[in-house]
Amino acid sequence: MHIPDGFLSTPVWAALDATSVVGVAWLSRGASRTLEESRIPLLGVMGAFVFAAQMINFPVGVGTSGHLLGCGLLTFTLGPAAAAVVMTAILAIQALVFQDGGLLALGANVFNMAIAGVAAAWLPWRYLGAGRFRRLAVFAGAALPVLVAAALVLAQLRLSGVPLPGPILGVSLVLFLASALVEGAITVAVVTALEKMHPRWVQAPRHGSALPALAVTALVLAGVVAIFASPLPDGLEKLAEQVGIADRAQSLLNAPLPDYEFHGVDSDWLRRSAPGLAGVVLTACVAFLLGRILVRQRQGGA
Amino acid sequence: MTPLVRVRNLHYSYDNGTQALRGVDFELYPGESVALLGANGSGKTTFVLHLNGLLTGQGDVEVAGLPVNATHLQQIRRKVGMVFQDADEQLFMPTVLEDVAYGPANLGLPPEEAVHRALHALEAVGLKHLEKRAPYQLSAGEKRRAAIAGVLAMAPEILVLDEPTTYLDPPAQRELIRLLAALPQAKIIVTHDASFALAAAHRAVFFQQGIIAAAGPVPEILHRFRWTVTQHSE
Amino acid sequence: MHHVVLERWSRGASALHRLDARAKLIALFALLVALSLTPPAGLLRAAAFLLAVVLSGLVCARLPLTQLLLRAAVVLPFSASVALVSWFAGDPSRAISLLLKSYLSASLVLLVVATTPMPDLLTGLKRLGLPAVLTLVIQFVYRYLFVISEQAQHMRLASAARLGAGGFRISAGAVAVLFARSLARAEHIHWAMLARCGVSTPRPLLARPFGPPDVLFTVCAVAAAAALAILSRP
Repeated sequence: MHIPDGFLSTPVWAALDATSVVGVAWLSRGASRTLEESRIPLLGVMGAFVFAAQMINFPVGVGTSGHLLGCGLLTFTLGPAAAAVVMTAILAIQALVFQDGGLLALGANVFNMAIAGVAAAWLPWRYLGAGRFRRLAVFAGAALPVLVAAALVLAQLRLSGVPLPGPILGVSLVLFLASALVEGAITVAVVTALEKMHPRWVQAPRHGSALPALAVTALVLAGVVAIFASPLPDGLEKLAEQVGIADRAQSLLNAPLPDYEFHGVDSDWLRRSAPGLAGVVLTACVAFLLGRILVRQRQGGA
Repeated sequence: MTPLVRVRNLHYSYDNGTQALRGVDFELYPGESVALLGANGSGKTTFVLHLNGLLTGQGDVEVAGLPVNATHLQQIRRKVGMVFQDADEQLFMPTVLEDVAYGPANLGLPPEEAVHRALHALEAVGLKHLEKRAPYQLSAGEKRRAAIAGVLAMAPEILVLDEPTTYLDPPAQRELIRLLAALPQAKIIVTHDASFALAAAHRAVFFQQGIIAAAGPVPEILHRFRWTVTQHSE
Repeated sequence: MHHVVLERWSRGASALHRLDARAKLIALFALLVALSLTPPAGLLRAAAFLLAVVLSGLVCARLPLTQLLLRAAVVLPFSASVALVSWFAGDPSRAISLLLKSYLSASLVLLVVATTPMPDLLTGLKRLGLPAVLTLVIQFVYRYLFVISEQAQHMRLASAARLGAGGFRISAGAVAVLFARSLARAEHIHWAMLARCGVSTPRPLLARPFGPPDVLFTVCAVAAAAALAILSRP
């Protein structure tokens, strides 16, 4: 489910990268404020554990086997902010070392699995984890991230203009549903085994804000429904026309790459503004990075 | 002569109530090398973790005249160099040099000085040529020596080695014995290995169920507790 | 194992290896963006150009061509299946674009990762603004990834030796044991940090200066990327 580079259109990955950069920066700031020092090796080792646990196969049905994906388990044991940081670290290593997922698409993968996925794991756990429905909370907290991430991947592909005919969509949803159920069952079994070894390892929270998780989940749901329900890209275009940004955006953003058309998206507004947008983003990034390096250099040399 | 380490009536219980140490008395003098022998779970490792305040029990622990408590913790951790059993857990930095420089950097030294000390320590253990390597690229013996270098870079007065022969083949063990003999620090060596204790320690103490059951010259202790692999070896 | 090869490749001594990680990362980002912006009509030209970039990079870095190009092909199964769907949905140009873009992007990433040791890559990312906590967590995940995987491998062999494939609950038990051992390992690593006076998070050592060759390389790569983005217009 890791999106490689080349699948997402430029506006889609750029928007998701921007979202993830802000989200991860916020989460890391929060994490470094609340984490004591001892937690840094813990987070790293738990990330390595999730990698390693994938080597242990669980028999499911005839001749097939599954393995732990770990988003739910990390959220239950480390808490949401730390789990999101660990998931981001895992995705970064998968992209860099294993070519599993693209580098420009890393923001999309981080958003799908580390931000939205952890939010989807956290909500049931936060509200049901301590009560009578603990098992259900574990199951839902493990299965939901898989479904959420899958729905997001499909939505992002569609938004990027990748054709996804109905039957294909149906088949992939069934497959994703199955792997979500397997992940739920595996996580319940692992949590049960962990409880027998040490009751304090998997302790449901009694406090902690669920607002960010609720907000992320609401946005994700709204976004996915909107993308699949509306005959995009007309929707976006109409919206842009109504707000009146289409013309302004066009004149403002087309400057760096005039009369350059972008074919990935079937929307006039997006098509015209995408290359400009990307050009601006690219220029800004390079300027920012070079500036930063030079400033550091001067400070270091002083 | 005043002891470098003085422990009086040390008790420690785990969270679950198991008594790990039940009144340990121990002294270590400058320049000597003591082997801590005893069965698994007899309290050897738990004991040494008190020497730099990683665990805190009831009783008195003094290192170089300072009581081991929160006020003196950083000073004491400089003096007690601890080499843990699993070198992979000790070598947590990305490269050997960065790992060995980790301690000196924590002492507030400027980076150049920390690197200088690290290179010096690597030279002392014969690993200077491997400074740029990642820890997993080292053999078990090299890992152990890199871990020792990381501790030496802090210029400790006491070396504590927990099961230093774990994963080492006989040539690597010989190398380690030679290295330890060349280091002037007083040493506490936790080990199962009778022949290693004989070669590396001046005297031994024997742990049994959380107390020191006996102390004396290494051969005597080994003989008394039949601490040998074969039954009739004499 | 996978990382061993990458580690060996990344520790070469070519001009490409010697460049600052930041220069290579900025160049990589610029080229990836240019490729992403390439419309179908200009794709073949752009692909030929980038393939030439990858090949000359590989030659310049003295890396094994076929091995590396084969390794980048791990993206192809997924890309090919989506490309097939696009093809049958009546969008063959998108199918070709998916395959070419995903493969070339993976090759470019691999070229940078194979010429930059992981510690340098992480330092570069951090100095480009990656949050410090995240950098450290990545560093620790990478450091212990293969240590714990080896442990998991042993457990899999052991359970396979006893029970064949093993049931659902046995696998869950194995994962739980691996979890418990990982927790203990994390605690030991923390001890090892404390024992060497670690109060702050590990700091990087001497910062490498961003020299004239790095500036030159970055400017050239970004210019090439910009040219690619403009010239690949239909």
